[in-house]
Amino acid sequence: MNLIQTIEAEQVARLVANRAVPEFEAGDTLRVSVRVVEGERTRTQAFEGVCIARSNKGLNSNFTVRKISYGEGVERVFPLYAPSIAEILVVRRGKVRRAKLYYLRDRSGKSARIAERPRDLPAADSKGAAPAAAASDDASTDAS
Amino acid sequence: MRTGVIAKKLGMSRLFKDDGSHVPVTVLHLDQVRVVSTRTQETDGYTAVQLGWGLAKVKNVSQPNRGHFAKTKVEPPKKTVEFRVAADALLEPGAVISAEHFVVGQKIDVCGTSKGKGFAGGMKRWNFSGLEASHGVSVSHRSLGSTGNRQDPGKTFKNKKMAGHLGQERITTLNLEVAGVDAERGLIMVKGSVPGSVGGFVLVRDAIKRTRPADAAYPAALVG
Repeated sequence: MNLIQTIEAEQVARLVANRAVPEFEAGDTLRVSVRVVEGERTRTQAFEGVCIARSNKGLNSNFTVRKISYGEGVERVFPLYAPSIAEILVVRRGKVRRAKLYYLRDRSGKSARIAERPRDLPAADSKGAAPAAAASDDASTDAS
Repeated sequence: MRTGVIAKKLGMSRLFKDDGSHVPVTVLHLDQVRVVSTRTQETDGYTAVQLGWGLAKVKNVSQPNRGHFAKTKVEPPKKTVEFRVAADALLEPGAVISAEHFVVGQKIDVCGTSKGKGFAGGMKRWNFSGLEASHGVSVSHRSLGSTGNRQDPGKTFKNKKMAGHLGQERITTLNLEVAGVDAERGLIMVKGSVPGSVGGFVLVRDAIKRTRPADAAYPAALVG
């Protein structure tokens, strides 16, 4: 590892310690809590939608969330490790066959639906993830 | 006036701050930046320090340079550079300058050799607007346009901005901000970009158009 990769890896470790990053991929429905500063006080604002893309590049990783707001499609790109994000919550896991779901931009309504990934699959195909974490995610899906 | 330092440009990164903001930074590396030799008023007529960066293999150092470095008993560096300093800011040969020479928030000037762009036209080199896309213009959409008048003066004046070689020249960017310092590894994080390509050497000094912050070490922050 060169020096830049080292300092970026350290920064990722520090940021993940403050706010964990759950395992999710394109097709999953996320609720992203963003810290918003209004004058002196800060509050969190939720942005809920489908993750249509994820770009994994260390500290500069980001993901794109798309939702339909008042009939208009809205997309927002979040830096994965940004401290301005209070929480990333996986609401629902989707079954998709692509890494980038840009085709959703041309679709609406029924054709823009994403099937839910079967319950027992996440534990089996989650690469190296703790089964307990996957189970807790399933529990939150049930609750919602 | 205290000395600047020579550093290697490692590349760009970003710093996430706890308040939610993030800063794009260029990472500069100080690898055993040490005083190789000094120039004094008595011997040279001016005062300066000669700094060296990194460690060169002795077999790659020329005989005259070996003699020069042997005089002050310092390890031969990969790159040397001279900084004019005030008489009271002169340093001993062998002193190693720390990255804490610069403090976070301080304004600095960074000098480097810009990336070569080759033979470039007037639009890229001088920001000329070129000719129109239509209205009868044919073939010459990116040309300069006129370069002068008529029979009087009958010539194109010297220094007329034209196409030619662009880049690969000494560029100094003024008033950049120090966003972070890592003394252990010898890293300076500068907010924004710095002239030159990755792996190139740059000169870093206190901004000449700002006053040096009071907590910056004078004559220099040394290791050990």
